[in-house]
Amino acid sequence: MPASARRLPTGGIIDRSKSIGFRFNGKSYSGFAGDTLASALIANGVSLTARSFKYHRPRGIVGAGHEEPGSLVELVGDEQSANQPITTVRLRDGLDARSVNCWPSPHFDLMGINQLFSRFIPAAFYYKTFMWPNWHLFEPHIRRAAGLASAPDALLHQGLYETRHGHCDILVVGAGPAGLTAALAAARAGARVMLVDDQMQAGGSLSGLAENLDGRHALQWVDDVVAELDALANVVRLRSATAWAYREHNLIMVTERAPDEDHVFQRTWRVRARQVIIATGAIERAMVFADNDRPGIMMASAAQIYVNRYAVAPGQRAVVFTNNNSAYRVAAEMKAAGIEVAAIIDSRTDIDDAARSLAAGIEICQGQVVSRSEGRRRVKAAVIRSAAGGSERRIACDLLVMSGGWNPAVHLFSQSRGSLRYDTGIEAFVPDRAVQACLCAGSASGLFTLSGAIEDGAEKARLALRACGLDSPNAKLPTTVSELPYTIEALWHVEQDNPAAKSFVDIQNDVTLNDVHLAMREGFGAVEHVKRYTTAGMGIDQGKTGNINVIGAIANRAGQDLQDIGTTTFRSPYVPIEFGAIGGQREGPVVLPYRHTPITDWHRQAGAEMYEAGARWRRPGYYPLKGESFQQTVDRESLAVREGVGVYDGAPLGKFEIKGPDAGKFLDLLYTNVFSTLKTGMGRYGLMLTDDGIILDDGVSFKLGDNHFLMSTSTGHADEVNRHMEHVLQIERPQWQVMITTVTTQWANATVCGPKARQLVEKLCTDIDLSAEAFPFMAMREGTVAGIAARICRVSFTGELSFEINVAARHFAKLWDKIMEAGGPMGIVPVGSEANHVLRVEKGFLSLGHEADGTTDAYDLGMGWIMSKKKPDYIGKRSVEIRRAKDRPRRELVGLLIDDPARLVTEGAPVTPEGRRQASEGLVTACVHSVALKRSVALALLEDGRARIGQKAHIRMKDDVVSAEITAPCFYDPDGERLRS
Amino acid sequence: MLLLTCPFCGPRDESEFAHGGYARKQRPDNPQMMSDDAWVDYLTVPDNPMGPVREKWWHVRGCGTYFTVERDTRTHDITDEGESHAS
Ligand SMILES: [Zn+2]
Repeated sequence: MPASARRLPTGGIIDRSKSIGFRFNGKSYSGFAGDTLASALIANGVSLTARSFKYHRPRGIVGAGHEEPGSLVELVGDEQSANQPITTVRLRDGLDARSVNCWPSPHFDLMGINQLFSRFIPAAFYYKTFMWPNWHLFEPHIRRAAGLASAPDALLHQGLYETRHGHCDILVVGAGPAGLTAALAAARAGARVMLVDDQMQAGGSLSGLAENLDGRHALQWVDDVVAELDALANVVRLRSATAWAYREHNLIMVTERAPDEDHVFQRTWRVRARQVIIATGAIERAMVFADNDRPGIMMASAAQIYVNRYAVAPGQRAVVFTNNNSAYRVAAEMKAAGIEVAAIIDSRTDIDDAARSLAAGIEICQGQVVSRSEGRRRVKAAVIRSAAGGSERRIACDLLVMSGGWNPAVHLFSQSRGSLRYDTGIEAFVPDRAVQACLCAGSASGLFTLSGAIEDGAEKARLALRACGLDSPNAKLPTTVSELPYTIEALWHVEQDNPAAKSFVDIQNDVTLNDVHLAMREGFGAVEHVKRYTTAGMGIDQGKTGNINVIGAIANRAGQDLQDIGTTTFRSPYVPIEFGAIGGQREGPVVLPYRHTPITDWHRQAGAEMYEAGARWRRPGYYPLKGESFQQTVDRESLAVREGVGVYDGAPLGKFEIKGPDAGKFLDLLYTNVFSTLKTGMGRYGLMLTDDGIILDDGVSFKLGDNHFLMSTSTGHADEVNRHMEHVLQIERPQWQVMITTVTTQWANATVCGPKARQLVEKLCTDIDLSAEAFPFMAMREGTVAGIAARICRVSFTGELSFEINVAARHFAKLWDKIMEAGGPMGIVPVGSEANHVLRVEKGFLSLGHEADGTTDAYDLGMGWIMSKKKPDYIGKRSVEIRRAKDRPRRELVGLLIDDPARLVTEGAPVTPEGRRQASEGLVTACVHSVALKRSVALALLEDGRARIGQKAHIRMKDDVVSAEITAPCFYDPDGERLRS
Repeated sequence: MLLLTCPFCGPRDESEFAHGGYARKQRPDNPQMMSDDAWVDYLTVPDNPMGPVREKWWHVRGCGTYFTVERDTRTHDITDEGESHAS
């Protein structure tokens, strides 16, 4: 069929000068700028656009907006995305879309065979299949048959997802007549206004109506309002922006699908508004009758929009099926556009004269219903009869438009926890009591006339402004022409003449009237149960089209009022939203940025392999020389520390200055041992627990002066220790006078370690006596190193003589260079975290996350000496005591010498009795090749381990069992002579 | 995302804060004097009401203040803005 086959000769808000080529299901078509994929396909005479979710029945275009239940498409190529309603995809050059649920195409759909077996796919099919006989037998077929579109396998689109925060006095959702009126009033009153609308062009329902305001086309009024709003500095107006979630504390999620900036693909706003005006309009309901899902059966309002806005004729000969007044105007406008309207089938017993006169010249079948449709891939006829039953009449048509009445789009209001009330006047659920600061305006509040919507928009703006403490200026509202009043007689479904017929209550989820009745027969009569049992209103529909017909069907069958049955929960998102749009750029290193030490460049130039070693710090792991293997590098670096001198970048070490009259008392509460007795210039190793007795951190704290301490923590736990300390100070001991200052990044340190460390530091530091007598282990001295003010600490994490030289971060690169220069003749080696790990394992030094794994306590680790007996209390004491009072066997820290000295075992490998395949009695916490022992050594947590020293342990590896001798957890210099030297 | 009012900085989005746990009784001065049961109860048995609960929040990406609010777990309504402990 030629491209112009269904295009009306005039009218529409489309640009006929701009022809746009696109592809759908592999075929090429063309449309105009301003078209949606749906309107362009209608213009091209394409009516079969989808296959249904469960039965794979042929489906066409049913709606004209987000509520479209029939046709979902996935976009391919650069804009790859899934599950877009066909009616919301704007036509653009190169658009390439295909139907979901069709395999391989809607015309030749292999899954269509499901239709033949449909009596085996009843409601709750999934639940029943999960039970019997084995879900896994069916799973692959079901997943293929019932899945929606596949997830994109790559990010191909141009531009970024972006997120932004918005703050305003009044957020207006929807730029229809009510929303525009409200936004204009709020903006003129000086409020900070955000107006978001899901269409490219403002106007809402006015875009689809041939309507007049102030005696001219309504869209001219829209243009004037938009121009005034856009000129105001206190207004932010977003187009193609859907408000899809109403969260707590008046937070509304809004996603812009086509931001103005080229580099932004989509932008999601988190808008915090003082007041929200929900002007989201209303959604038309489908009619439920047998075979109401054939292509060519469409919502009346959708047909109106296609005719007026897109200037396309969705059919040539139409039948209108309605239970309310709104479809009469549609009939009149279709007729005016040249579509033959065969008849209006009106189920009501009473039809007012105004409606009749609007449809002059069209046959009106009062008290009649469409009992079923005929046709295969497109409707060919409507079969009508009296509502009460009786003889049938067949009316040929290729378009059957239906209007079952209107539902206010209460989704956002309901998400805001506002309650709904059933209004028997308009036979719909309407907003009742608000819980958050929001107001519904226009047809979203159940006012279905244009004048009503405009007046309501102005009134709700006045109320919102008053809540914000602002006056609303008087303004003249646009005048409307006389309108048809909205009247309706509910018709929830047409009784089926054939009990096996399919009357869909939820077209998207393939839920039929029979499914609802089956659910009720099987005992799932409450509306939430029916929803879960049948899947009605689930998925991306979220109750837009199907919900109320389900409620009506339950009411009819149960003989109850709709108010008593109530609605199901309206969930966000209101429309499908991509994960990328929610996440924005918060991915990868942006979520939690890396931390770098001041000499990262030096490490890189020295060829270091850099990786994260706790708390996002990027650290050198090792510095391979040309041709060296990993193990050779680590051995070389470790050996340098054991035999000569090495230096490592200790900048990431967590550091806190703790000051105040109660500082000593504070440390005594935090640590298991005593700090208040420390002498100035001396430090002590401490173990910090949480109050449940778990080891939180370890580290050395020095006393810098009266009421002044410098605490160091492990790199990975510095943030957590900070939180813990602030918690203790602010909540548990608010009366204590202590200030905590984080100085991790103020002080960087180079730790010079090895037997030649003193010799090296002496070259750079002349104002401190570095001798072991004057400057003993665990002391701290202040002076200058290489001319830089420094704090030198004698601590050791390697077991060798060490000087930790702390300087201001800005001088650190200079210090490092001076150390490397002075150490050159001594063969100094930069040491990475891998060698550090080897050295600490040789010494059996504790590593958080390895030996302190959240289950062990100090006694398990052989550090019972650190648990003060003198202090009546410290954090964690009570819990450790309670736990140890229980006589359960504990896993204790031991060393393991693997029988095969060349063998390394995996960290975390389980130790089991005799290596049998049974519950473990421990695990390997670390295993390295020791340069001191020239063999592999391991640390392990082992049940009653200390009592078993000298015996064998058995480690289960993937392919074999490795035996090892149990030893004390220290392989090198057990008396600590070297580190004290 | 809640809107929390820091007593020092004013209303800010939840993303600036870290949850600080239930506001239980202040840590006893001398846990050694408590029975095992009383200590375990203090430590591990917070109320878990369906309704207003007093809880702590830490303005970690702000001024660093810990404060207590009363939040309704059913609705997220902040029923008591609370106050800082350190003041
Ligand atoms: Zn604050």
